[in-house]
Amino acid sequence: MGLTRLTIKQTHEGLATKKFSATELTRLFLDFIKKRDKDIHAYLAVEEEMALKQAQEVDAKIVRGLELKGLEGVPCAIKDNVLVEGKKCTAGSKFLANYVAPYDATVIRKLKSAGAVFLGKTNMDEFAMGSSTENSAFGVTRNPHDLERVPGGSSGGSAAAVAADECVYALGSDTGGSIRQPASFCGVVGLKPTYGVVSRYGLMAMASSLDQIGPLTKNVADCKVVLDAIKGKDARDSTSTNNLTLPPLSLRGGGGGVKNLKIGLPKEYFAKGLDPKVEALVRGAIDKLAKQGARVEEISLPHSEYALACYYIIMASEVSANLARFDGIKYGYSAGTDQKQEVNNLLDVYLKSRQHGFGDEVRRRIMLGTYSLSSGYYDAYYLRAQKVRTKILQDFQQAFEKVDLILTPVAPTPAFKIGEKIDDPVTMYLSDIYTVPVNLAGVPALSMPCGRVGQLPVGLQIIGQHFSEDLIFEVAELAEALIKDGNPLYN
Amino acid sequence: MIDVKHVAKLARLGITEKETDKLQEDLSAILEFVAKLKEVDVANVEPTAQAAGLVGVTRADESIKRSEESRERLLDNAPETKDGYIKVKAVFD
Repeated sequence: MGLTRLTIKQTHEGLATKKFSATELTRLFLDFIKKRDKDIHAYLAVEEEMALKQAQEVDAKIVRGLELKGLEGVPCAIKDNVLVEGKKCTAGSKFLANYVAPYDATVIRKLKSAGAVFLGKTNMDEFAMGSSTENSAFGVTRNPHDLERVPGGSSGGSAAAVAADECVYALGSDTGGSIRQPASFCGVVGLKPTYGVVSRYGLMAMASSLDQIGPLTKNVADCKVVLDAIKGKDARDSTSTNNLTLPPLSLRGGGGGVKNLKIGLPKEYFAKGLDPKVEALVRGAIDKLAKQGARVEEISLPHSEYALACYYIIMASEVSANLARFDGIKYGYSAGTDQKQEVNNLLDVYLKSRQHGFGDEVRRRIMLGTYSLSSGYYDAYYLRAQKVRTKILQDFQQAFEKVDLILTPVAPTPAFKIGEKIDDPVTMYLSDIYTVPVNLAGVPALSMPCGRVGQLPVGLQIIGQHFSEDLIFEVAELAEALIKDGNPLYN
Repeated sequence: MIDVKHVAKLARLGITEKETDKLQEDLSAILEFVAKLKEVDVANVEPTAQAAGLVGVTRADESIKRSEESRERLLDNAPETKDGYIKVKAVFD
């Protein structure tokens, strides 16, 4: 049981020094999942055969005395909107309940080359729409820290699997906070990379100008290892960019640490609506950095109050376009072949497939997006939102002329109870208030644990300018050590 | 007031009467929430479609030969096929 708690680096060391084999380790995870996942329901599908085959290939390498790469033989979980060839890929939707991926996503191809072991596909809000994983068509995932509470969403299954030690790391996707918020709720590390750094080829598209795949891990060091394996310009994703990494600005060698690192706290993120206990933990973490010499100053991101509205128009509009492909013709659920449906013509196939294949939240957002883009409303909604987006991007660009990093809470509260917010869409949307501006601007952001309210984890968000992932990782690793120091909750 | 029936038709989403009422309610609440975008001064502001600043990324205008096997994998997912084609209802009456 202890072995499932290891980090990537510890697992790699164990394999390299032959303390255990990849097959033994994978079997351990598979057995553990059988016991633990009954309570959590992080996994939609456990791919036992594939995982063991991958593990055996790694063991063959070990036997031949070949050197192991960092991720080889390390078991992971994949969010169920990322295609793994030959395996079911449902996006948490009834529409794709029986869809089998015809190809590997680029990130999967990269992880396969890196020798990864895929334990299975994890639960998610349907088509990544949601902040709690309650919108999954296949049941809710429970927060390992409190089974009556949500793990967050939409990558709730991935975050819960990492937190519950049902995998060493996982992949999620983030369009408005879907990696960072569940990372915060489950007490794990999650990164949304700069837009374009990780290929979206093979990620079922939700909002194409906002989506990114990213890692969920047990610590910051592991997060960097996974990002390094999955990042890179991809000819198959025209929105992926050359991976230009800005050198860490203020951190110089020679034990400089965070001395003189400029940290900005946007005043709009520390205002009404933020749970005071969450605020205390976030400010406490920031204080620890200040004590080490970081210079903390209040900044303003003046268009923050418009970010959520801006996001919901842009995201819903892109969603309505991206989900038009689910028409009951090429793949997925079709009313045309459903004995229970009366289908007389082609229009019926479209109307009824989409009526019965999609859940409520998906239909709500398709409707909102269609309306925003429709004739007579395009200028007032979509075009206007794109202009507000420019203002939000400019807010970040101006802030980064003054500071190196922006630190904020990830979510206004810790994990809420299952069922608490599901009846009111707007209340649910408000849980994304600190995460969506990041996707609009395309900048990278990391969520890392900074303490607990009772049993419930709380995350600290570290936002950097475009391509500053290395700086974010350096500072986060330092912060992680400072937060864990002397805290009995972390061993 | 959003014309739910019209938008549903545009989106090719079938909805029942009961669903129409609930959607009307939900969408009105959401639209009220996003109305605050009107407050922003966007005079002379260019829209941002994507934050990576990429323009005109293309690939070579070449067709790629597909294997029989990959075609089959795609057809396997189709609800109805016939002779290697995807079968659909009549497009024209």
